[in-house]
Amino acid sequence: MNPYDLSAADLDALREFGNIGAGHAATAFSTLLGGVVRMSVTDARLCPFGEVVEVVGGSDTLVIAVYIRIEGEIEGNMFVVLSPESAERLLNQLIPGRTPGDPYGEMEYSALGEVGNILSGAYVAAISDLCGFRMTQSIPAVAMDMASALLDIGLMYGSGEDNQVLLISTRLTHGGREIQAYFFLLPDFHSSSELFDNLRGKMSSG
Amino acid sequence: MRGPGRLVTAGLGSCVGVVIYDAEARLAGLAHVMLPGSPSPVTNVPQKYADTAIDWLVREMMRAGASRLRLRAKYAGGAQMFQGVKMEALRIGERNVQAVQKELADRGILVEGTDVGGHQGRTVWFEMPSCLLTVRTARGDMRML
Repeated sequence: MNPYDLSAADLDALREFGNIGAGHAATAFSTLLGGVVRMSVTDARLCPFGEVVEVVGGSDTLVIAVYIRIEGEIEGNMFVVLSPESAERLLNQLIPGRTPGDPYGEMEYSALGEVGNILSGAYVAAISDLCGFRMTQSIPAVAMDMASALLDIGLMYGSGEDNQVLLISTRLTHGGREIQAYFFLLPDFHSSSELFDNLRGKMSSG
Repeated sequence: MRGPGRLVTAGLGSCVGVVIYDAEARLAGLAHVMLPGSPSPVTNVPQKYADTAIDWLVREMMRAGASRLRLRAKYAGGAQMFQGVKMEALRIGERNVQAVQKELADRGILVEGTDVGGHQGRTVWFEMPSCLLTVRTARGDMRML
């Protein structure tokens, strides 16, 4: 069986899982940005790592990526990826008095790191609530560069290009502006089946 | 690749793009090295690891008719894309470069040009018959090796 094949019910459940995470994140973003933040899950699925770069626009597309390592009962690499346009919209709202279009400084990188932290933290919390795994997150690392150059560190820790990746695409709306963010979780080889079998189990039973 | 043409690899971060070529026979090959060493000597994807990738490339070049003594190499990549966080894993680029350097030296292949390290991604292409390796960063800087 193709490990990426999910039944319609599995996909619904995965999307529901995405919604739980997005719900947590929306609350945190509302506090951070002020005002109402709406988040919706536009896509939730499992895909091969090789596809991730295509999802965000291709190998040498310029993107902003936040990298976070998770350790504990499930270990792996997480990325939150934003287009430069989405990041720019987000930064203009997050940093009052910032001149739009200015090159990124320490403030910008740190704000983007916090955004990545909130989003991935929300999904880690959702996984942990659902499956009962204990996990800790590293400090976020942020960079802007070519998509595949930033994502290639995801292949470490024995993960391969054919490994499964959990992909959740979200759209965040705040004050009439839209921000598209992609969340990827690539479990290490030894954690992969544990996480995905467990998630599938929870999905079909719930 | 045989004869005139171009080998391209886009968006190298911690990975290293290694080109081995025989200018006289107009033969060149490119490997996209992701990790310093293979987990076991038997792998389905020898191209991924510095040790097995270079053996694989040399073997393919010889099979295509290259001369062992004329083989030269150029390589680029091995950046540390994420800065400011002390995680051993994020230094993989440096380890990839060291491994490529050692594996080429062990096989006596002369290195004619490198562009490694730093904190920027690279798209690289190698052209035959000029044997020039061009490196372009996301910000548009170009270098020719």
